[in-house]
Amino acid sequence: MSEVPGLDTVATAHDTPDTPQPYAELGMAKDEYERVREILGRRPTAAELAIYSVMWSEHCSYKSSKVHLRQFGEKAPESDALLVGMGENAGVVDVGEGNAVTFKIESHNHPSYVEPHQGAATGVGGIVRDILTMGARPVAVMDALRFGPADADDTKRVLPGVVSGISFYGNCLGLPNIGGEIGFGPGYIGNPLVNALCVGVMKHEDIKLAQAPGPGNKVVLFGSTTGPDGIGGASVLASATFDDESHAKRPSVQVGDPFMEKLLIECSLELYAEDMVVGIQDLGAAGVSCATTELAAGGTGGMRIQLDRVPLRDHRLTPEEILMSESQERMMAIVEPAKMDAFLAVCDKWGILATEIGEVTDVTPEEAERGGRLVMTWHGETVVDMPPRTASDEGPVYERPYARPDSQDALQSDDAAALPRPKDDTELREQLLRVLGAPGVGDPTWVTGQYDSYVRGDTVVSTPHDSGMIRIADDSDRGVALATDGNGRFTRLDPYTGTRLAYAEAYRNVAATGARPLAVTNCLNFGSPEDPGVMWQFAEATRGLADACKQLGTPVTGGNVSFYNQTGDVAINPTPVIGVLGVIDDVNARLRSGFDADGAHVFLLGETRPEFGGSAWADVVHEHLGGLPPEVDLAAEAALGEVLATAAERGLATAAHDLSDGGLGVALSESALRGGRGIRVEVSEDVFTELFSESAARAIVSVGPEQAEAFTALAAEHGVPLRRIGTVGGDALVVEHPGGSVEIGLDDLRSSYEAALPALMDGV
Amino acid sequence: MTARVGVVTFPGTLDDKDAARAVSLAGAEPVSLWHADADLKGVDAVVLPGGFSYGDYLRCGAIARFAPLMSELIPAARSGALPVLGICNGFQILCESHLLPGALTRNSSLRFVNRDQVLRMENTNTAWTSSYDEGQEILVVLKSGEGGYVADEETLDRLEGEGRVIARYVGSNPNGSRRDIAGVTNEHGNIVGLMPHPEHAVEALTGPSTDGLGFFTSILGHLAAGTPAHA
Repeated sequence: MSEVPGLDTVATAHDTPDTPQPYAELGMAKDEYERVREILGRRPTAAELAIYSVMWSEHCSYKSSKVHLRQFGEKAPESDALLVGMGENAGVVDVGEGNAVTFKIESHNHPSYVEPHQGAATGVGGIVRDILTMGARPVAVMDALRFGPADADDTKRVLPGVVSGISFYGNCLGLPNIGGEIGFGPGYIGNPLVNALCVGVMKHEDIKLAQAPGPGNKVVLFGSTTGPDGIGGASVLASATFDDESHAKRPSVQVGDPFMEKLLIECSLELYAEDMVVGIQDLGAAGVSCATTELAAGGTGGMRIQLDRVPLRDHRLTPEEILMSESQERMMAIVEPAKMDAFLAVCDKWGILATEIGEVTDVTPEEAERGGRLVMTWHGETVVDMPPRTASDEGPVYERPYARPDSQDALQSDDAAALPRPKDDTELREQLLRVLGAPGVGDPTWVTGQYDSYVRGDTVVSTPHDSGMIRIADDSDRGVALATDGNGRFTRLDPYTGTRLAYAEAYRNVAATGARPLAVTNCLNFGSPEDPGVMWQFAEATRGLADACKQLGTPVTGGNVSFYNQTGDVAINPTPVIGVLGVIDDVNARLRSGFDADGAHVFLLGETRPEFGGSAWADVVHEHLGGLPPEVDLAAEAALGEVLATAAERGLATAAHDLSDGGLGVALSESALRGGRGIRVEVSEDVFTELFSESAARAIVSVGPEQAEAFTALAAEHGVPLRRIGTVGGDALVVEHPGGSVEIGLDDLRSSYEAALPALMDGV
Repeated sequence: MTARVGVVTFPGTLDDKDAARAVSLAGAEPVSLWHADADLKGVDAVVLPGGFSYGDYLRCGAIARFAPLMSELIPAARSGALPVLGICNGFQILCESHLLPGALTRNSSLRFVNRDQVLRMENTNTAWTSSYDEGQEILVVLKSGEGGYVADEETLDRLEGEGRVIARYVGSNPNGSRRDIAGVTNEHGNIVGLMPHPEHAVEALTGPSTDGLGFFTSILGHLAAGTPAHA
């Protein structure tokens, strides 16, 4: 028997094989539990059960998505730029001049519903630590957000909380928030999406990996103390739907301390610079369980941990609670014994608590064969003795059944082209203003005005322009641009095409600011994988993204899957959020979306077809979702992207803006408002299609008259259709067509564009 | 000899890199100063940059005031000898240190405000504002959660009477500051506290303008002239 009352040791587990264990409450299936028993050759101890339950949860193991995510590797295009691919904390790409960039997007959806402020704040904290763990200095963040209908009561609880959480945490870290998106829709009530992206910069030689090599090296836990926050969060909170029965087991969400995270960033970067760590892992979901098993599995396979050495903020915590705790702002490093004193001195300088909790051990060939050997003790008694690789890498993999739902046919045949269209110029004007002022289309300043976009002084382009762009170093003109996009309406109508559209839009947004797309991250937000219809959406979405990335030569470097975004049987519209990263050689050439040059020619690039399925017009004016989304022509996207990036490089354009939500009418309005100038255009007799179609692969570009010929030739060279539709100037948006004209003064445009969110959130 | 301008880093300071860049662009040498060292390294002037020193715990700037470095800085600044510019959190630290009157409180909107902001320069005789013209309007960056300047009416009257309001917000008041005050100075004119960020308006590429550079060229001019500032 154990010296510590109630302690479930390995010896106890041997002696009491029939003790009932709460695997089901921890979210484990019976066959998963049996598999653990098989691996260990006995029942697991409570601590081992804790480790397996969190590591094999959907959130940590990707057990339902893995078979589909493999395509990102199998179909990955040849890319010289990829330095670290999927599987690490974040992918790393080469951006030239010896610099590398790491970026990733991750969800924190369920916690943000439970406690919007802390849920969103810790979402930022988690993704920033992922980037830091790669050896990079985090330099910027972005967010992709989805909420229930803007006028719903719960949205007024969730949205301000989420925004204040992101603002509180990100601003306090000193990371500029350079972009993102916000959307609203009925399915997101009860299931808000909070996807946080972080990007970091480092030198090639500074890349760090999650590994624990070198027997005898020390395992050091540093940062915050460990408390009971978020216990079970990984397996329960992030993976369970919100029905009434799950309330009882829903634990509290984690609480963030951005000040500690800021210190942790500076401390870690100093440790890296002084070459004091041989392996590093952040503590996110599944905390100590995840960090120890992954570090051990990535190294010799052997590790010995004294769990009772973990500094606690609540001394009552049991070994299993320590293993599952998701207390924030913690990191684990592998340190050579000779460097321990210096390591601790750096931590002390930054006021960071650092504690040696164990060491890397050697394993026998037999142990290596079994998946290594991780041993943990609690006051001298062994509570964990398991092969770590079985928890970190060899979790269950499910081939969930999937099937295209029968209802899909009816949805697709409900064509938006049949909806009543505006009958005259007056209605056209009124509908354009309605679409422009819709909460997901209109001015996001109520949200983005709470984020620091300037800190660090390297922000070259930010909200509301098409991408966020950062100068990567003071002594370089090189920059990286990032955009995230996702349109749940398109993906609902056709998950394969919708995902490619999201990718195409992010690609186009990056190009519209003058950068060339290079690599991709993704956050795949879906309903329950146990629903074959949802699983079909997921399979189609991943296939769409993998195919698109292969075609345009941009590898997927990493990402995140969030399942169970549903209430009862009703899932959210499938919402893959795609992040595209691009590079620009000279940030001085960057383009923004405001048309501020009087007399500049306005060109429309790309082809406009009558495509209204899933459009903002159908949604805002008719509350309609049906038909097919716009077609995707990735070759056309690539050609358009090349024209935009080259035009920026050669100084042929003064501004550019992609066409997406709302189509040409919204794009012209935004470019006019941001430039503080009117725009006068002439379009064809099908003025409705011209203004509201959401055909992909299109952009508007403002070009000085003296550059018009060269710009036209550039578009022709790349086979991109081009039409000069008008001129910048005046104080109104004027759309002339053979049957008449629509004129909207800048003041009217502005009041529609800016009104929605302040009215809904502040009642003004 | 190039002027040496210290830029202080407290735990949680965020805009130190930006302040140092602005100092360089103005033509001076930025010198890093560490909160825990009671050593001003012989600098000619000091910038207390923005951020969340000590996580804004207790009150913004309240803990930074007690840093070892401040034990050197406070007497040197109070005597009128050492020019000090406190930006945002730096302004809060100056108020908490009683080097400037008043206090900064939570924005009236109760939300963080990040926006481009027009200021009107009112006192251009201080160590940090002489590059501007009186009444000149400049465009800089405002980004703060606790930027509302408050003081009792008597103090406000005195500050205005003595010309110690150095800049005011133009247009809608962004944070509830009394009398639209964006920045103030002490009686010697060597200490300036400013809530908005001039160091984020020093490059056309990254800022809304380059109007902020004037604060940093002002101190160079002041140091070159070698005379103490006066209000």
